[in-house]
Amino acid sequence: MDANAEPTRQLVRLRGRSYVAFVFCPAVPIVEWLEEIDATLARSPGFFVGKPVVLDLSAVDLSRPAIAHLVLSLEKRNIRVLGIEGVEAARLTASMPPLLTGGRHCAIQHVQPEKPEVKPPPTSLLLASPVRSGQSIVFPDGDVTVLGSVGSGAEIVAGGSIHIYGTLRGRAMAGVNGNSSARIYCQKIEAELLAIDGFYQTAEELDEALRNRPAQAWLEGEIMRITPLN
Amino acid sequence: MAKVLVVTSGKGGVGKTTSTAAIGAALAQAGQKVVVVDFDVGLRNLDLVMGAERRVVFDLINVVQGVAKLPQALIRDKRLENLWLLPASQTRDKDALTEEGIGRIVDELRTSYDWIICDSPAGIERGATLAMRFADEAIIVTNPEVSSVRDSDRIIGMLDSKTVRAERGERVEKHVLITRYDGARAARGEMLSIEDVLDILATPLLGIIPESQDVLRASNVGSPVTLNNPASTPARAYIDATRRLLGETVAMTVPVERAGLMNRLLGRRAA
Repeated sequence: MDANAEPTRQLVRLRGRSYVAFVFCPAVPIVEWLEEIDATLARSPGFFVGKPVVLDLSAVDLSRPAIAHLVLSLEKRNIRVLGIEGVEAARLTASMPPLLTGGRHCAIQHVQPEKPEVKPPPTSLLLASPVRSGQSIVFPDGDVTVLGSVGSGAEIVAGGSIHIYGTLRGRAMAGVNGNSSARIYCQKIEAELLAIDGFYQTAEELDEALRNRPAQAWLEGEIMRITPLN
Repeated sequence: MAKVLVVTSGKGGVGKTTSTAAIGAALAQAGQKVVVVDFDVGLRNLDLVMGAERRVVFDLINVVQGVAKLPQALIRDKRLENLWLLPASQTRDKDALTEEGIGRIVDELRTSYDWIICDSPAGIERGATLAMRFADEAIIVTNPEVSSVRDSDRIIGMLDSKTVRAERGERVEKHVLITRYDGARAARGEMLSIEDVLDILATPLLGIIPESQDVLRASNVGSPVTLNNPASTPARAYIDATRRLLGETVAMTVPVERAGLMNRLLGRRAA
C-alpha cells in the first residue's frame, strides 16, 4: 500500500448569489430603539427568524463598545447580524460581524395573494336521499331541503328553515344563528326534537293529534307553535 | 363478474350469520361458486353454523398477516363442493384486521369465486366497517322492531358513505332482509309491520324470513337451514331471497308458520 499518495486537489468553486436583507437603522437613544424592536417581536415573534439582518450605523455615532453592546443586545433577541455598514472599519473588532459595502437599496415586495372573485356561498342545501340514523347535516348558511325521510337518531341543523318531504323521525334544529323567523316543515311528523333559534320541544311534548300528519313549526315570541299543514 | 356481498345489520343477534350461511348455501346450490368470509374476529360463529369448526387450521388474520396463504385457510364444505368458508380468528380481536390486508384477500377471492359473502360483526367499529368496505352489494338484516330498524338505518348511511364504491361515487346495491318475523305477533301489533320497516329504511325488500324452530335446529347441527331442511318455511324464504338476489322475479310472500290445532285454538288468548 502506498501511504504517500498525492492528495487529489479539489477545485474551489465560487459562485455569486444575492440576498435581500433587512437593514436596521438604529437611532438614538438606542434603548428606545431596542424597545421598538421588542414591540415588533411581541407582535410577531418569528418575524426576523431566518432572515439576514444588516446593521446600518450611518445615522448614529457609536463607539466600539457601544457597537459591541448593540450587536449583543440583538443576539439576545435571537436576531443575528450578518454584517455592519456605514461605519469606519476601525470601530469594528474581529469578533463583530464584518463590514459590508456596496449594498443596493431594493423595495421589499409584500406579495399579496391575489384574491379570487368570491362568490357568495349558496344559501340553500338540497338532499336528494334520506338522512339516515347517526348522520348529522349542519348547514348554518340557510335552508335545508330533504327529499326523503330523516331517520330516528339523525339530525338536521340549519341556519334557515328546514323542509322535509318525507317523515321527520329525527331532530330538526332551524334558525340556529338566531333566526327566529325560521320554520320547520315536514310531510309527516314523528320528530324526536324540534328547535327554532334555541327554543325546543321534545317528542313527549308533541301533540298526539299531530303525529303522522304534515306539519309546520314556528316561533311566536318565545313559544313554539306546531300546526298541521292542511 | 365476482360480487362482494356484505351481510350486515348494526345490531347483534338479528340473524346475520344464519342468513350468511343460508344464502351462501342456497347460492352454491344454484350452481354459483361461493365463499363465505367470517369478519367477526374474536367472536366467530360462522364455522359452527356451517359445521366446519373442527377443520379450522388457518384463519382470516393469518392470511391478513401473511402467516398463511389464502388457499391454506379456505375450508371446502363437505356437502356442497362449490361452497367455501374463510373462518375468523377466535384468539385475536378486530384490531388485527387491516384495510390493506382485507383488500388484498378480497381481490384474490374475486379472481376465483362468483360470490364473496362477508359476514359482518355487530356494531359500527373496525370489524363492521372493514366487512362492508369493499362490498358491491349489501344485505341489511333487520328484525321488525324499532331498535333493530334504527340500527339498520345507521348502517345504510354508512354503506352510502364509508365503502370504496361510495367514495368512488358509485352505489352499493342494498337489500333489506327481514328476519325473525312472527306473523301472529305482527297481527297483534306487537311488532313493526313490513310496511313500517320498509317505509323507515326506504330500501328494497329481499325477503321475509319467519321466526322458526327450524333455524335454531339447523344451527345446532351445524348446517345452513337451506341445506338442513330445504322444505321448511324459513329455508324456502331464504331460497326465494337468493333467487331475487340472482335477479329472478319471485313474488313476495309473507310467510306463515303452519300452526298446530292447539296453537290455533289457544294462540290468540288475550294477555
